[in-house]
Amino acid sequence: MIAESGHYGLVLALALALVQASVPMVGARKNDPVLMAVAGPTAIAQFCFIAIAFAALTMCYVRSDFSVVNVFENSHSAKPLVYKLSGVWGNHEGSMLLWVLILSVFGALVALFGGNLPARLKANVLAVQSWIAVAFILFILTTSNPFLRIPEAPLEGRDLNPILQDPGLAIHPPLLYLGYVGLSISFSFAIAALIDGRIDAAWARWVRPWTLLAWMFLTLGIAMGSYWAYYTLGWGGWWFWDPVENASFMPWLAATALLHSALVMEKRDALKVWTILLAILAFSLSLIGTFLVRSGVLTSVHAFATDPTRGVFILAILLLFIGGSLALFALRAPLLKQGGLFAPISREGALVLNNLFLVSACATVFIGTLYPLALEALTGEKISVGAPFFNATFAPLFVPLLIAMPFGPLLAWKRGDLLGVAQRLVGAAGIAAIAVAVIFAMEGGGPLLVPFAIGLALYVMAGALTEIVERTGLLKVPLATAFARARGLPRSAWGATFAHFGLGITLLGVIGETQWSLERIAELKPGQSIAIRRYDLHFDGVTARQGPNYRELAAHFTVRRHGDVVGVMEPAKRSFPSRGTAVTETALMTRGVSQLYLSLGDPNPDGSLAVRLYYKPLVLLIWFGAVVMVIGGALSLSDRRLRVGAPKPARSKAALSPAE
Amino acid sequence: MRWLCLIVAVLTLVALPPALAVEPDEILSDPALEARARALSKDLRCMVCQNQSIDDSQAPLARDLRILVRERLQAGESDQQVINFLVARYGEFVLLRPRFSWHTALLWLGPAAVLLIGACGVLLLVRRGRADSDRATAAREKLTSAEAARLSEILRQGEQ
Repeated sequence: MIAESGHYGLVLALALALVQASVPMVGARKNDPVLMAVAGPTAIAQFCFIAIAFAALTMCYVRSDFSVVNVFENSHSAKPLVYKLSGVWGNHEGSMLLWVLILSVFGALVALFGGNLPARLKANVLAVQSWIAVAFILFILTTSNPFLRIPEAPLEGRDLNPILQDPGLAIHPPLLYLGYVGLSISFSFAIAALIDGRIDAAWARWVRPWTLLAWMFLTLGIAMGSYWAYYTLGWGGWWFWDPVENASFMPWLAATALLHSALVMEKRDALKVWTILLAILAFSLSLIGTFLVRSGVLTSVHAFATDPTRGVFILAILLLFIGGSLALFALRAPLLKQGGLFAPISREGALVLNNLFLVSACATVFIGTLYPLALEALTGEKISVGAPFFNATFAPLFVPLLIAMPFGPLLAWKRGDLLGVAQRLVGAAGIAAIAVAVIFAMEGGGPLLVPFAIGLALYVMAGALTEIVERTGLLKVPLATAFARARGLPRSAWGATFAHFGLGITLLGVIGETQWSLERIAELKPGQSIAIRRYDLHFDGVTARQGPNYRELAAHFTVRRHGDVVGVMEPAKRSFPSRGTAVTETALMTRGVSQLYLSLGDPNPDGSLAVRLYYKPLVLLIWFGAVVMVIGGALSLSDRRLRVGAPKPARSKAALSPAE
Repeated sequence: MRWLCLIVAVLTLVALPPALAVEPDEILSDPALEARARALSKDLRCMVCQNQSIDDSQAPLARDLRILVRERLQAGESDQQVINFLVARYGEFVLLRPRFSWHTALLWLGPAAVLLIGACGVLLLVRRGRADSDRATAAREKLTSAEAARLSEILRQGEQ
């Protein structure tokens, strides 16, 4: 009964989505306020019915109702509750349901908090949002229904893949989807503006908070996935340039570019056409990501060809939305009036440069990800495009961007003074130069690139702080004055500083981890030790333990530093009888921002155990930097000036005062 | 993000064997040779895995390839010879960094092309913007004789 009501809720949501997709648009065309006003309530109702469907599926999982195919295939009665819950989206059908749930959440948020939007824009945005909903609900109902029953219910389920039974994986997909799908709002706004043929600086001001929100979730989601891969997959890698990772990275790059170009549009009424195009591209890349991951095309072009129903459906959605929106763009973009002239050396100019490099970087990832698929489909020839390719092509595009980054916020709008800004960045460059010299002296004969890379990271961080230091007069005026001034700075200025600083932190972590990691591979018997850097790990022995739905063999290591015990590490191998599979649980020991990383291999007949031990310096900075970036996003989002159109109604006159 | 990949892996019934990648018994006694082997392994694909190098992969095939690479290095072959041997045996698919040739030209030159086209576009925009603003200033400052005549005509009409 529960599964059926979920199914029914989804069908009703489809009906509502069809209404929402058509009626408000007709209303906007005829300028009929009653028809336009249909959009809001239907968006909220659509969300409610999809929520009912999602709750029903969740109930089936919690109650371990194995008469539902989806639950039978992905759950087990002995599984801990949290993984029963995360199991809902740990499979194709459930994750698609989560996708449309989040889509409807964003639609409902626009309906609830978009009170200050012009009625026509709001109606069109919600209608476009609902086109997407119609397409994906139809996809679920026709090809990926999670509510199908088995006539004779099995007694026990097949369990969720053990590697997905992990706290990181429980929250990673929802975060990532909030980011992916959140970009649909920017897309809907762009399409609505094109349909209306009107766009102005206010549009950018309404779109930016939504993009920012999506960007924050996307950043967190990617960072979370990366950390999960790092500690789960057992060899300490944190980014693999895997097509599935790229699928989330491309929208991130496009969304980052969009945030910056929308800034130009909001402040200077320029780059309108480009910003619209970026909004379309960012969500298109999300759709392409969904296609790549969900169609099975990644496993093999042939696998896609043998069971194409799902893949072809998503491909059709893809062509319809991307092709349709680009066609609309081509038709309508020339009508949009361009405004706001600026000199090449200016804040706008810097932001254009930012967009140029971010979009080129995004194109690089796009080409590298899709090239092998296209080549195989067209010529049958198989090639691999892996990490070495991306490292070789992506880095040269990102380095100029990083060098230019501190200049941007310091340049004036309209016409900037490059030499003046360079002088203001002397401090940052000085810090970087000192770091280069120190590291060069310390490393001696190491690779020449490392000191410069570290120098670049510190330059980015110091450069990000330069604006704040200048504007508060820190180092020049008394601390209390500087503090008072700091409080008075707009939060968006703090946001930019945090976000740029965070990128510097991540960069530092990346360099530390890739250049200075140490590795030891050995076979140990109980009583033997293994040393890495200043640490000494003593293998005490192996114990067998029983978990809720697995058995594990844990190795016990005592970690000493200069002879003092600093802790224990217990890497383990877990076997899950329900699936007959096993996973390796790595042990991590955090020392400052560095980590010791220990993972187990197979036991040998002679009682010895193969182990892999790493020392990963600065590795935590990679994800810490991402968190700082998200804090920057949150600060910017909380800025008074951005609250107009943000998911919080601001009715005070102050919120409408002009920027700066 | 890897979870999605893993779901795909599970759907296609590829189980992950829980062993280490490079195993202790494979490691060569000569550290210089071993370092070369590791560097080579990072650029070679484990062909039964999804986007894993043989250095990272735990699959039996990856182990065989790692051992093969080490054997050839021990026999005194250069890095290039080892790669050539593997490509001859398994095809271009084994290389994670594809070689530059006519069918990968678009792949290798694509990013630079995008950057170049984008830069040209920006340059054009700046040029046009400057020309526009120049024209606007010029138009304000200087009237042609015909315009001046028309202006005085309008002014005279206004006075009447």
